[in-house]
Amino acid sequence: MAKLNIVSALNQALDQEMARNPRLLILGEDVGREGGVFRVTDGLQAKYGAERVVDTPLAESAIVGAALGLAAGGMLPVAEIQFEGFLHVAMDQICNQVARYRNRSRGRYQLGLVIRVPWGGGIHAPEHHSESPETLLAHTPGLTVVQPSNPYDAKGLLLSALRLGEPVVFCEPKRVYRAIKAEVPEADYTVPIGKAAVARKGKDLTIVAWGAMMREALEAAEELQAGGASAEVIDLRTLSPMDSETVVQSVRKTGRLVIAHEAPRTLGLGAEIAARVSEEALTSLLAPIERVTGFDTVMPLSQLEEYYLPDHRRVLAGARKALSV
Amino acid sequence: MYFERFDPMQGQCLQILDQAGRLQEALRPDLPDGRARQLYERMSVMRLADRMAMSLQREGGMGTYAPFYGQEAAQASAAFLGPEDWMVPTYRETGALYLRGVPLANLYRYWMGDERGMLMPEGARTLPIAIVVGSQPLHAVGLSWAMKLKGEKAAAAAYFGDGASSQGDVHEAMNFAGVFQTPTVFICQNNQFAISLPRRQQTAAATIAQRAAGYGFPGLLIDGNDIFAVAAAMTEALADIRAGKGPRLIEMLTYRLGPHTTADDPTKYRNAEEIEKFKPADPLLRLRRYLEAKGLWDQAAEEDLLRRGQAEVEEAAGKAKAAPPPAPDELFAYTYRSLPPYLERQREELRAASQAQGAVEAKRG
Ligand SMILES: Cc1ncc(C[n+]2csc(CCOP(=O)(O)OP(=O)(O)O)c2C)c(N)n1
Repeated sequence: MAKLNIVSALNQALDQEMARNPRLLILGEDVGREGGVFRVTDGLQAKYGAERVVDTPLAESAIVGAALGLAAGGMLPVAEIQFEGFLHVAMDQICNQVARYRNRSRGRYQLGLVIRVPWGGGIHAPEHHSESPETLLAHTPGLTVVQPSNPYDAKGLLLSALRLGEPVVFCEPKRVYRAIKAEVPEADYTVPIGKAAVARKGKDLTIVAWGAMMREALEAAEELQAGGASAEVIDLRTLSPMDSETVVQSVRKTGRLVIAHEAPRTLGLGAEIAARVSEEALTSLLAPIERVTGFDTVMPLSQLEEYYLPDHRRVLAGARKALSV
Repeated sequence: MYFERFDPMQGQCLQILDQAGRLQEALRPDLPDGRARQLYERMSVMRLADRMAMSLQREGGMGTYAPFYGQEAAQASAAFLGPEDWMVPTYRETGALYLRGVPLANLYRYWMGDERGMLMPEGARTLPIAIVVGSQPLHAVGLSWAMKLKGEKAAAAAYFGDGASSQGDVHEAMNFAGVFQTPTVFICQNNQFAISLPRRQQTAAATIAQRAAGYGFPGLLIDGNDIFAVAAAMTEALADIRAGKGPRLIEMLTYRLGPHTTADDPTKYRNAEEIEKFKPADPLLRLRRYLEAKGLWDQAAEEDLLRRGQAEVEEAAGKAKAAPPPAPDELFAYTYRSLPPYLERQREELRAASQAQGAVEAKRG
């Protein structure tokens, strides 16, 4: 089996689905000739033509708004927003339009469309290229929000998103785009949306993470193991609608919970996970829930970035704190 | 007169100094030879500053940088703004900001990932650069509106690119400016690319300048590599704006000779021949030819300038490299005027964590 990184796994998913589904088209800034600034759509315009892999003018609101119309008109648009910071330009179309169309039309319009967006920090980029605004999307009823953490899930989740028949925002952890290589079957397969994965089994505490933070969480778990503590690591994968059942089940077993994310702490998804766990498994908790997160500040530029982004050491410190009670 | 005589709708483009360095005297704006020579010197140093940023990036000290190589004359439009005018730049305006008096070392520091570099000199009417493409022309409209309301004879210059012209916010900015007759000059540097997208795929219109008609104010297309055309357009636009005649749009047609940014690989979307084709249009080349023909410039002057310029940019680079890194506390300093208690706790958390980390690293040696 071929070893692929996340970029090539996503590229393969798009390529295979385009071959299968003539209604699929890709649109966005620099997605065609350039193949995307991260090369996720590399080679697809040459293969499928400029009508199916469309370089659009520079206008995020237009990209998403037109994708809505394309979907309503029977196409399967895959819109790329170049960086998560530019999603905000399209926020009316995403939150007020795309997310509500099923409701507004009383179910008449099932909008199958995918908005792909590179996500998160750690690449020493300029302002607005390093944020993790998943809360804004998860707080919007009607949106499905997904973020893979590895190449296998990247392909499987993207194929699921393309076949879901619902609007999906597909967040791609840019820090580990090329950093993680894993075996990815050439064959067609899907990874279910709405299901978290237990990435590592353990019994002493639960760590929940997603996207690039999974690497940090797994590394922390490895170090904990060396110190004799066994951590169960859960990859949330679908951020909304969230699979809190898997988390609750794990906490019932371990009694301790650490949630790690890059986004600011206040109202980060960690807050929702903590709330659900305290609603459903309060009596199982042996220690306060630990949140290891970005700070409630503006995401800094590169010289302070490493202070902002939680890494495995901060996850480890959070885990030790939870274990010390 | 330029805005009236050159109609972008008729495909007219104002050029005064051609590529061979020949000047059309009949069209000459109030730009005496002495000032032209001075601008040549500033534009040349600007180019050295741009090159220095590129090499700092290659050395690894700088993150991403957006070069303006080839756009020096358009960047020099900033030289025609007064200190009372506002400048509203994008990420590509390093040359213009340098002319505005922003210390080069600060600009380098910013691109090295130190946000203190964006602190503009006290009293400077220059906004921080905008990274969100198309966001800032609206701010220029508001600023110039404030000038109008306060009765100040000042304009605001909104810099943006051909790509930005597709953003809804840029349309909205020009529409507001037209409706409220704000003293705004919209400066579109059309460098013919938005990353990989050529200008012809950005809009089906023949020019960006002609859009002004749709907003009810004049627009002018100029050869943006011709400093005389830049001077003509800027002086006339600013004079009209100060006379209360409302906004103006100038499209400066230029060509980005370098990559979009240091993270960009232009071979993906244009070939080397295309770049060679545009090299003779270089804004410095034709101005130098003009000055030489007038006996105002020669090889010795050029060498002397390059030596002084190189020393200047090296000093700025040295300063930027020697600047101590920002303290972690800086992260919290500007979120709110005063820190709410939970943020104070987060700051303490970070202080404790970095001390602990420092101790671990010190032990490891
Ligand atoms: C809203 C937004 N979308 C996308 C980007 C990514 N991006 C940065 S520069 C750029 C192209 C801008 O082209 P143009 O406006 O012509 O200016 P130029 O960079 O050529 O000077 C893009 C797409 C961004 N910074 N902001």
